[in-house]
Amino acid sequence: MRKSMLALLLAAALPAGAADVGLVKVAHGSVTIERTGERIPATVGTALRTSDVIVTGADGSAGITFSDNSLVSVGPSSVFAIDKYAFDTTTYAGEFQGTLSRGRLAAVSGKMVKQSPESMRIRTPSAIMGVRGTEFVVQVDEPAPQRP
Amino acid sequence: MGRLAAALLAAALAAGCASQPVTPALFAVLPAPDGHIGAIAVERDGERRVIHAAYGAQRLRADGSLEAAQLTEAEVRERFGTTLAALPAPPATFTLYFLADSDELTPASRAELDHVLAEIRRRPLPDIVVIGHTDTVGRRRYNDRLSLARAERLREMLVRHGIPADRIQARGRGEREPLVPTADEVREARNRRVEINVR
Repeated sequence: MRKSMLALLLAAALPAGAADVGLVKVAHGSVTIERTGERIPATVGTALRTSDVIVTGADGSAGITFSDNSLVSVGPSSVFAIDKYAFDTTTYAGEFQGTLSRGRLAAVSGKMVKQSPESMRIRTPSAIMGVRGTEFVVQVDEPAPQRP
Repeated sequence: MGRLAAALLAAALAAGCASQPVTPALFAVLPAPDGHIGAIAVERDGERRVIHAAYGAQRLRADGSLEAAQLTEAEVRERFGTTLAALPAPPATFTLYFLADSDELTPASRAELDHVLAEIRRRPLPDIVVIGHTDTVGRRRYNDRLSLARAERLREMLVRHGIPADRIQARGRGEREPLVPTADEVREARNRRVEINVR
């Protein structure tokens, strides 16, 4: 009983490999990950999970590979959230939902979209985009100033 | 009077919704390096526009309307140069073949393994996915296990060549993705393979 408790604790302490959905492969300038209220500096090799938010500074940019081979890069002064990411490595079924709330993004879709078009969706504050493949870019501008 | 008030309230609500601030955005399709042109669908307020031209774009304007646009390569480079430069290198894919009903590589594929190792060592922070496949001989369940066994066998080979085990994932895809489509229960050497993605 005690042994199994210890095993559980150890398992909890280890980095949760199964929950990792992507890997930071490129990081220039200021790149941070917001995860459950914490801010983690992102470097090459940082593993990403669902609900992570990637935030870049004015000098920052980051490139990420996801487990279905999707590639996403985030440009300077950008905020990109991984809202949902699921990929079944046997059936290739999955769902990828991200939100670009500001800045710029470039992406190359992966196996998930090849299997089922529009399983990858990118939201912006006022629109939503379904990806049928393969390379695309998105830019979110500053909101129009409100008239008094 | 109650009716009028309700109508006024509804009108005020509708106006309130319509004046919700819109955050303008730009969406564009790029040609892939192999020349393939994909497609994206942009949706706003129930309106749906599909873009499927190289550098074809949709602009969401501040008034909430969608407008088709055609960008040039130079414009895309100017706006997205830094962003595109941060895209990771595309994964390299290798295919190695197995002897029938076995997790042993064919002699030619054993030689190809050197190229796989060279690619892995070339990358700064490699992560590797090994995906096993089978032909259609045997039941689906059996092939799921056989494909995973093939992937795991290859993973062991990579580990023996000094690639850290925690950088390699082994997966089985059974008979779901034949390289050469066949009827069920057909022996096909080209389908007995593993695909190696080096990212």
